[in-house]
Amino acid sequence: MRRTLFEGLTRSPLTEPPPSADDTALAELAAKVDGAARRRLGRSLSIREVDAGSCNGCELEIHALNNAFYDLERFGLRFVASPRHADVLMVTGPVTKNMREALRRTYNATPDPKWVVAVGDCAFDGGIFAESYAVVGGVSSVVPVDLHIRGCPPRPLDLLKGLLALLEWQSGGGPGRGATNKPFQFLS
Amino acid sequence: MAALADIIAQARRVDGHRPVPRAVVTPGAWRAVAGELAAGHATLLGLWGDTGAVHMAVMGEAGRDINVVSIECPGGNFPSVGALHPPAIRLERTIQSLYGLEPIGAADTRPWLDLGFWDVQHPLSAHPQQPGEQSAYAFLPVQGEGLHRIPVGPVHAGIIEPGHFRFTANGETVVRLEQRLGYVHKGIESLMAGATIEKAAQLAGRTSGDSTVAYALAFAHAVEAALNIAVPPRAQYLRALMAELERLANHFGDIGAICNDASFTLMHAHCGILRERILRAADACFGHRLMMDRIVPGGVARDIATDGGMRVQGALSEIRWRLPRLIELYDNTASLQDRTVKTGVVSAELVRQFGAGGYVGRASGRAFDARKAHAYAPYDRLEFEVPILTAGDVNARVWVRIREVEQSLALVDQILARLPDGAIVVPVTAPAGMSEGLGLAEGFRGDVLAWLRLDGLRVVRCHLRDPSWFQWPLLEAAIENNIVADFPLCNKSFNCSYSGHDL
Repeated sequence: MRRTLFEGLTRSPLTEPPPSADDTALAELAAKVDGAARRRLGRSLSIREVDAGSCNGCELEIHALNNAFYDLERFGLRFVASPRHADVLMVTGPVTKNMREALRRTYNATPDPKWVVAVGDCAFDGGIFAESYAVVGGVSSVVPVDLHIRGCPPRPLDLLKGLLALLEWQSGGGPGRGATNKPFQFLS
Repeated sequence: MAALADIIAQARRVDGHRPVPRAVVTPGAWRAVAGELAAGHATLLGLWGDTGAVHMAVMGEAGRDINVVSIECPGGNFPSVGALHPPAIRLERTIQSLYGLEPIGAADTRPWLDLGFWDVQHPLSAHPQQPGEQSAYAFLPVQGEGLHRIPVGPVHAGIIEPGHFRFTANGETVVRLEQRLGYVHKGIESLMAGATIEKAAQLAGRTSGDSTVAYALAFAHAVEAALNIAVPPRAQYLRALMAELERLANHFGDIGAICNDASFTLMHAHCGILRERILRAADACFGHRLMMDRIVPGGVARDIATDGGMRVQGALSEIRWRLPRLIELYDNTASLQDRTVKTGVVSAELVRQFGAGGYVGRASGRAFDARKAHAYAPYDRLEFEVPILTAGDVNARVWVRIREVEQSLALVDQILARLPDGAIVVPVTAPAGMSEGLGLAEGFRGDVLAWLRLDGLRVVRCHLRDPSWFQWPLLEAAIENNIVADFPLCNKSFNCSYSGHDL
């Protein structure tokens, strides 16, 4: 274990991006998210993930945000275990009828101000499952959505870009929680 | 096996069911098959509903001969298999909830997957109805002094799928866990009915996102069996490459996550890096990190990128360099071993009875692997071993994954070295009329079964059986007499699918 830990101290980090000429997008993004998050929330934005019927594909890519390459926490964004600790609900899936009530309750348990990010094509409008008897069809038909991040599933980089878009929108005075205007849509 | 073969030999054989036979049996013969399952002479591979009928896939003792037996249900009922053979219980409750067909003699008649939120009762029956008043779900009773209950979910603390766990504990010790699942039921079987093969393949690939390759492969196998389609060799090898990359990515994710649930985050961080390397290689090869929609009936939708092999080898060489160190780290960290060794033990007998596949089965001595037992191409031409352990604890389930990682690395080498030239897909054409097919594919979690009936190129009925059906109930057994705090560890070592199970 000592060897592995020591190596971790001496090796250059994997975290994207080491400023390379061909892959600067994430570097810019990193700087932007960092600045916006600090302005708005003083380096803290807590996210509660809710699977409302996804196939688990979106969860895998949301998980990837925590790995050494994307390292979400360096921006002050982190996942929390309870909606009561959360500023943002990140919701996946077409919202099954069996999860509708649980999603509502999770939303109600999240203190204001709060924002909802709907992740994936299913969360947008039910996607490929929209016609089913068991599906409500889209997160916005159950709770107000501030941002859609499309994709099946969206790549981790798209998720990062989406969170940036939310932060910028909020910094520009966009209303939080129960927004009456149309949700911002981020198309990757 | 003779008895089962006799029963089936006397039954009415259905034409056009491939590659294994399907026979329609009498209620008496149906009960006799259930008796063979209960006696341990055969393994239940699947049990699913149809309009006015129920089908059961059984596998002989050698783990090879598969038969599908069907019973017609003119009276809306059928003799319960679960009454004799417990692994069938949840499957029968599902048939009752979705199709309204009643298993006669079943001890547990509570609904399954139907949590009382649908606008329709028995949605897949010939005549769906408005739901009536549903009484509150009755969890199994527990009696004794000093017991308390801990309800968990459906929304869990991590970034994971939803489900409900009802723990009964005596102090710190779990005396009973009861699962209630169905929260992510999307109605996939109803969406399959009437869908084109293309649409149905997409649905199959979104039944359990972590196994999208395995599901697409099982579905393709079923279609190709039904329609007698021969897949080009290059496509077979590319499919196997995708399947092994999926297995590698998921096993690294699991090994890290299990250690993380024992608060050993170092392993988690390092395994996460290797997982990401594989996903990036997959993306470079096939244009999608999870390789969704890349396997299609008839072949594959996309050839490997020209530098794909090189990208995969790049990821593999990093893994080969790092893996021995990680294994050593896992094996030599006493505090971690203290959590995983002898925790969440599943007996060999339970694993055999339930026909549990994947690392859950193989950590408790069950050798079944669809890549070996039903050696579909190209696995019939590749060299690999199926690692078997017998301890049945969390540690054994970690080690099976580690050994499978090593096997998959060797398989990827062979696949890349032998990748044939030629076409990657053939057109899918169908004669007029009905055809039926059954397909198996070995996912990282175990064997995925796909069964379907086609009318020309339309799906009439398609059933997908996740390996988790026969693993979830064993988790209830594994946690008994363990402490509540070890549940996340046990649960992650199983890593059952919610979406694949809930359909």
